[in-house]
Amino acid sequence: MIMLRIDIEKQLGGFALRAAFESDARVIGLFGPSGSGKTTLINMIAGLLNPDRGVIAIDDDRLDDTEAGICVPTYLRRIGYVFQDARLFPHLSVMQNLDYGRRMNRLARDAAEETRIVNLLDIGHLLARRTGKLSGGERQRIALGRALLSRPRLLLLDEPLGALDEARKAEILPYLVRLRDEAEVPMVYVSHDDEEMRQVATDVALFARGRIAAFGDASILSQAGARQG
Amino acid sequence: MAWLLARRDFWGKSVLDAVVHLPLVLPPVVTGYLLLLTFGRRGAVGQWLAEFGIVFAFRWTGAALACGVMAFPLLVRPIRLSIEAVDQRLEQAAATLGAAPWRVFFSITLPLALPGVVAGMMLGFAKAIGEFGATITFVSNIPGETQTISAAIYTLTQTPDGDAGAMRLVIVSIIISTVALVASEVLARRAGRRLHGL
Repeated sequence: MIMLRIDIEKQLGGFALRAAFESDARVIGLFGPSGSGKTTLINMIAGLLNPDRGVIAIDDDRLDDTEAGICVPTYLRRIGYVFQDARLFPHLSVMQNLDYGRRMNRLARDAAEETRIVNLLDIGHLLARRTGKLSGGERQRIALGRALLSRPRLLLLDEPLGALDEARKAEILPYLVRLRDEAEVPMVYVSHDDEEMRQVATDVALFARGRIAAFGDASILSQAGARQG
Repeated sequence: MAWLLARRDFWGKSVLDAVVHLPLVLPPVVTGYLLLLTFGRRGAVGQWLAEFGIVFAFRWTGAALACGVMAFPLLVRPIRLSIEAVDQRLEQAAATLGAAPWRVFFSITLPLALPGVVAGMMLGFAKAIGEFGATITFVSNIPGETQTISAAIYTLTQTPDGDAGAMRLVIVSIIISTVALVASEVLARRAGRRLHGL
């Protein structure tokens, strides 16, 4: 597993985010109410936002280091991102969407890996389709497959179930658990749903108003629940 | 150019914007005269280019330049608007998948802006075909060299017995315009369908 090291500060209007932790967990959960800074943090890990001060590193590879003047652009970070709203490319077919990351990174075609991911996510019957008439759950599975097939060294998931109803959530959740247990790619998982967190995350950071209130294994969720309740 | 104006912020952007759009608002004759002053045999740029054997004044190349300058704002404007309308979240997604900025442009932004590109090409083409004022001022109206279709029709209407010839050219230009209009409509509709993932 990789070691993800974060120690950053960011000011966005009246909102100040400060976060520091280190983890080599398979799935790091970022948990907290909306507006607590979770999405801001993973946007920084992806390089879509830059920290005002601090370091983001994977193992010894520094992606951001404001003191050393390092800021690796998003496309060179090899960090996959599954957005809440899927963001499939509408002018491409499902297959072309899945293949996009491989083409952009000029990777060799790996049919075995493609088949493995397609089977893992059960999207084989969708490959020839266009993206316009897919259900929310299907879109999210394809977004997941698209990110995985670009061979990231870390996968960010920003409330991947947030836009789905309960039935669809129950449809996707098992895939995420399977992904954690079968795929070798570590994940950072953002959610405000503690049930989801318990099922997926191995380490959890509790966010509150731009700070990390607690960091530990999934058992800290019940403490948080007790505190809130 | 359209991308520059749509997505970048830089010093002098409003100046560039104004220069690009100027031929749209200036009387065409003024544009033509300005072209003559700069690209003419004694113009600053014209003199310099003449050393390389490139001459614009009173040649078909000059007619092409005049049409290009006049058509450019009409070409740029719709393209720029449709680039602005492309969802930047999709461009971010492409970057997280490893696409460098120029590859994002060609694989995501441009295909999604296609309807605007088609519309821009259509408008630019129409303007270039109909261009009269700037061309006639810059390179005059020399049959077989710098005569645009509009200039030819105008000449024929000024000549006794020119009516039949003018009529022929009128029909030709109606056909060209209709074909271009239909083609752009078909292309734009096809592109629009693709945009919605159907």
